[in-house]
Amino acid sequence: MAGTPGSTSQGVEKRPKQARPGAGKTDTSKVLAVPKGRTGAARILLGRDAVMIYVLLVVVIYASIVIPRFASPVTVGFLLLDVIPTLLIALPMTLVIISGEIDLSVASIAGLTSALMGVLWQGGMNIGLVLVICVLAGLVAGAFNGVLIAYLGLPSLAVTIGTLALFRGLALVVIGDNAVANFPPGLTAFFTSKIGGTGIPTVMVGVVLLIIAFAVVLHFTPFGRGLFALGYSKEAATFVGIDVARSKFLLYLATGTVSALAGIYWTLRYSSARSDNASGLELAVIAAVLLGGVSIFGGKGSIPGVLAGVLLIGTINYALKLDRVSEVVLIIVTGSLLIISVVAPNIASAIKQARHSRRVRTAPLP
Amino acid sequence: MRFIHSGSTGRRAAFAALATSAALILSACGGGAATEGSGSESGSGSEGDQTITFIPKQLNNPYTDVVLGGGEDGAKEAGFASSEVVGPLDASASSQVSFINAETQRGTNVIVIAANDPDAVGPALEEARAAGAKIVAFDSDTNPDYRDLFVSQVNAKDVALIQLELISEQIGGKGEIAILSATANATNQNEWIKFMEEELESNPDYADIELVAKVYGDDDDTKSFQEAQGLLQAYPDLKGIISPTTVGIAATARYLSTSEYKGKVALTGLGLPNEMRPFVKDGTVTEFALWDPAQLGYVAAFAGKALADGDITGETGDTFEAGELGEREVGDGGIVLVGPPTQFNADNIDDYDF
Repeated sequence: MAGTPGSTSQGVEKRPKQARPGAGKTDTSKVLAVPKGRTGAARILLGRDAVMIYVLLVVVIYASIVIPRFASPVTVGFLLLDVIPTLLIALPMTLVIISGEIDLSVASIAGLTSALMGVLWQGGMNIGLVLVICVLAGLVAGAFNGVLIAYLGLPSLAVTIGTLALFRGLALVVIGDNAVANFPPGLTAFFTSKIGGTGIPTVMVGVVLLIIAFAVVLHFTPFGRGLFALGYSKEAATFVGIDVARSKFLLYLATGTVSALAGIYWTLRYSSARSDNASGLELAVIAAVLLGGVSIFGGKGSIPGVLAGVLLIGTINYALKLDRVSEVVLIIVTGSLLIISVVAPNIASAIKQARHSRRVRTAPLP
Repeated sequence: MRFIHSGSTGRRAAFAALATSAALILSACGGGAATEGSGSESGSGSEGDQTITFIPKQLNNPYTDVVLGGGEDGAKEAGFASSEVVGPLDASASSQVSFINAETQRGTNVIVIAANDPDAVGPALEEARAAGAKIVAFDSDTNPDYRDLFVSQVNAKDVALIQLELISEQIGGKGEIAILSATANATNQNEWIKFMEEELESNPDYADIELVAKVYGDDDDTKSFQEAQGLLQAYPDLKGIISPTTVGIAATARYLSTSEYKGKVALTGLGLPNEMRPFVKDGTVTEFALWDPAQLGYVAAFAGKALADGDITGETGDTFEAGELGEREVGDGGIVLVGPPTQFNADNIDDYDF
């Protein structure tokens, strides 16, 4: 249904040609850039991203002034260690939501990975091998979601609510109510270690590489641009030659794999492998992604915006904790932020729409 | 399509945003370098301005509130300049870590923690100790490597055995029983359950009692209620339920009291007198047990003070004064015992208010 291989390659070839005008060099730019409107969308996203980053900056500066000891490398270390799982999973989640789908099973995949890790390691397997198997498990879990959603055409919300329970259940089957803690001290120490005096966790290097990879895929490849089209209209995307099923399948492979990485990180950072690890993380991730300006209806969003969203929630969280504000307040704050971030653009576009229609109405008839 | 503007700002925008984020992270750590030194100095503090922070398993738990009430009283009497309570809303393994981190950064002198997981809090506690904090575990122990002392309500085995005794009495020494516990990973609950299972197997008095199920209500009222309901449906011959958690026993009692099983299925475990009073009076529950949780927090605060002052190091045989409760000794494994559990029934329950 999603187009023959021929039409796919045609679409793939066409897109880079259209993408080139962005660089502003080829002579076709004037012709192609105007009807396409992609860069226009990006400009609007720039506005949204920029706002997010300003808000983040304001929060950081305000917290540095008001909260004693907030402005310190220690904060950076603790804060980043806390947000890394959210940050990791938010990357593929951004792509999934932009393409108009959702994945609620990510935290359960992380939990399953954690459980597997515990059992395999306790069983005496080489730690390297354990890690490889865990990543593969994430890949398989993602593929399972992917097949159901992309190739059987089932709604992702229903499928991943199911696998949310299924994978968590499997985790419980794998490890039961045990907790495995005796991971190699060198390895667990590495996962909480920081780069010199900067406070930046060493693992952040890997996370940054992943961020760059996902940003490049989403914003600079035909595949990534196709996801935006997919989120706007699946039919239209199919017509322009995007292999919808394949794209979706790849996305779920990515969420599965990255969730496994987050599960491994979680296990080693807390040096505890348990079936209930990372529970509830899916909602934190989705909240951060939406706050970062990704439209829940698909078609809109960016990696920089999401980064700002994740860091904003993380910073507010940590700052309030440092100020010993109760977690009850904390939940209210993040909840309100989310509502505002979803409502604000709607109000803005409603105003714009109203202005536009007034202008149209008052325009002289031909 | 709605967006019909053109321009090449898209990529530059994305890059600019990325760069800004990166710059932000860098500036956040760069700017703080100077303040860090002064921060940790004031944290070490001299005597008289010592601070103590309690980190319970989760907030908004009635049992925890009583423990913390005792802790705050103890902290005041022991002479701490300030005492704080911080903690997560959910009792998951890792939820306490960021609270420990924040306290480490604030330079808190004594951290009193009831661990949701004995190991997950380990690295964070190690950092706290490296920064000079004393760690007292209470209620639910951490791995002994990560704390200076563990203040335990009572001997874990006593707690387990008293619950078995109570259930055996109430069901006439034979029949099917089940356990409704807190979370599947709760250190203290699991230890009690382990002792109960061992005793059931080894003690001939309990030969006719069969433990048919262990379920977990996650210390969540609704979930515990549903688990209790499920137990009675799944095991029609069930004679009794042991719930070694105050949330679980109250929820189960609430279910039993409105069901056909009221008075027929025995319920015992660890409960708060104030929560259980109506169920004892209406005949749903005959007798249950608990220590005075306020004493737990109280002793923990004094233990923290003794550690912070350097009076004790947590070695076996160390002794310290715990206010009005008198002298306490550190036992094997750095464990301080508070006292034996109390049994509550219709005759004495009105004497207690917590």
